[in-house]
Amino acid sequence: MNAPQAFPAAGHVTDTVVEVRNIDKVYGGVVKALEDITVDFPRGQLTSLLGPSGCGKTTLLKIIAGLLPASAGEVRVNGKVVSGPGPERAFVFQDFALMPWASVLKNVTFGLEMRGVGRSEREDIARRTIIKVGLEGFENRYPHELSGGMRQRVGLARALSVDADVVMMDEPFSAVDEQNRRKFQEELLTLVAKEKKTFIFVTHSIEEAVYVSDRIVLLSPRPGRIAEIIEPDINRDGDTEAIRRHPVYLDTVDAIWHSLKTYLD
Amino acid sequence: MIVNGYRIPMVASLLVWAVLWEIVGQLQLTILLPPLSAIVVRLFEIVPTPSFLSALWVTAYAFFIGNVIAIGVGVPLGIAMGRSVIADRLFLPWVNLFLSAPLTALVPVIMVIFGLGQTTIILTVVLFAIWIIVLDARAGVRSISPSLVEMARSFGASRFQAFTRIYLWAALPEILAGIRLGVIRAVKGVIIGQLLVSIVGFGALFKLYGSRFLMEHFWAALLVLFALAFILAESLSWLERRVDFYAASRG
Repeated sequence: MNAPQAFPAAGHVTDTVVEVRNIDKVYGGVVKALEDITVDFPRGQLTSLLGPSGCGKTTLLKIIAGLLPASAGEVRVNGKVVSGPGPERAFVFQDFALMPWASVLKNVTFGLEMRGVGRSEREDIARRTIIKVGLEGFENRYPHELSGGMRQRVGLARALSVDADVVMMDEPFSAVDEQNRRKFQEELLTLVAKEKKTFIFVTHSIEEAVYVSDRIVLLSPRPGRIAEIIEPDINRDGDTEAIRRHPVYLDTVDAIWHSLKTYLD
Repeated sequence: MIVNGYRIPMVASLLVWAVLWEIVGQLQLTILLPPLSAIVVRLFEIVPTPSFLSALWVTAYAFFIGNVIAIGVGVPLGIAMGRSVIADRLFLPWVNLFLSAPLTALVPVIMVIFGLGQTTIILTVVLFAIWIIVLDARAGVRSISPSLVEMARSFGASRFQAFTRIYLWAALPEILAGIRLGVIRAVKGVIIGQLLVSIVGFGALFKLYGSRFLMEHFWAALLVLFALAFILAESLSWLERRVDFYAASRG
């Protein structure tokens, strides 16, 4: 199962964009959320952080994002130690985190505006990204007029528009209904292949992780440790529908379920 | 309300009471209650007079300045309390105390310190309006979804940008509700202040009309004040409804 990467999208990729070194996270001096996490995130790939609730996967993502300080260890992005959020990283939130008072266009331009991009330029970029995520024609709508799935498209467009090297997604589809989630997962694969960005994806769904990931980092709970790193050997180039019937997909889902089962109470 | 298939507007009930008032007034049961028609005639007679207009101007001025101070101090204080535990611990007991205190009893104290003038009335307006504004702004800031704050940080917003682009907007529905309630309390504040000082604005007018038993004048001035306060409250809640659509939809 730990066979090397076998699909062509990884061909141009050799280096590591995010390095996580010996990260500990202790909450309130007593609760140990993460212990000695060391893991690399290869450029241009989608890596999932997968584990049961309480394994600290979101905590790890937020430490990489610079939104939470680590208790020990360090995170390096493009070789530089992370001390807070930075322009080379963008975040997609579980609850979308849209500004309800602002239109879709204004929400998407927020990141660019914070980066000091001029109005006409940032609106151009935003309009292009909005088309890319399939929200053309909704530029002047407000978040409350959109469905959950469409709101997350806005969140995704906001993260893509700043053109960061690393896109971090914190259970992005968990607040989206089942049918839309499947559609999202398929589109995410296309996006990863097209955008040549590094995606770090947090999920608690085994099927979702195996479906979308080049690499899966399996975390064990209390304290969060790396249990296993899995690289499912699935060819994702062809039909996105075929993946769910691929024997490696089914075997990997099964294997992960068997190792995760031991952590459940 | 629907009667025999016809929609009867809410204000129709006011008409019933107006007719009743007119009848009781025409019966001349008491000098305290002149007929409504006579009051309305008197109203149009006294409103253009210089003494009434100057009372209106003096009142509007104290009311306006008092509200500007109450909003200008109250909103930032409330936001500070919502964000800082220290500020919250320091001010919250006082805000709660003054919110429920019988503030009218404090007006004579202000009078002793600041004298029988506009300053006292402006301070009375502030005293009545500010506490609910502080409390609502605080509540608004505390209800901001943490992920919205994280979102701003993750895209590199500075503290100032987070404040002007996120906190202020996210708390706006509560801030506006606080301002509406504060302004309604400020109406009480300005009139109570003037009545107690009683040589300024409507306080002086009421004292004059009351002492000479000019009941038509008295009721006319009161009707004007009631109408103004009502229009004020309604236009503020209209404004509030316009931003309310997103208050319900936030996460």
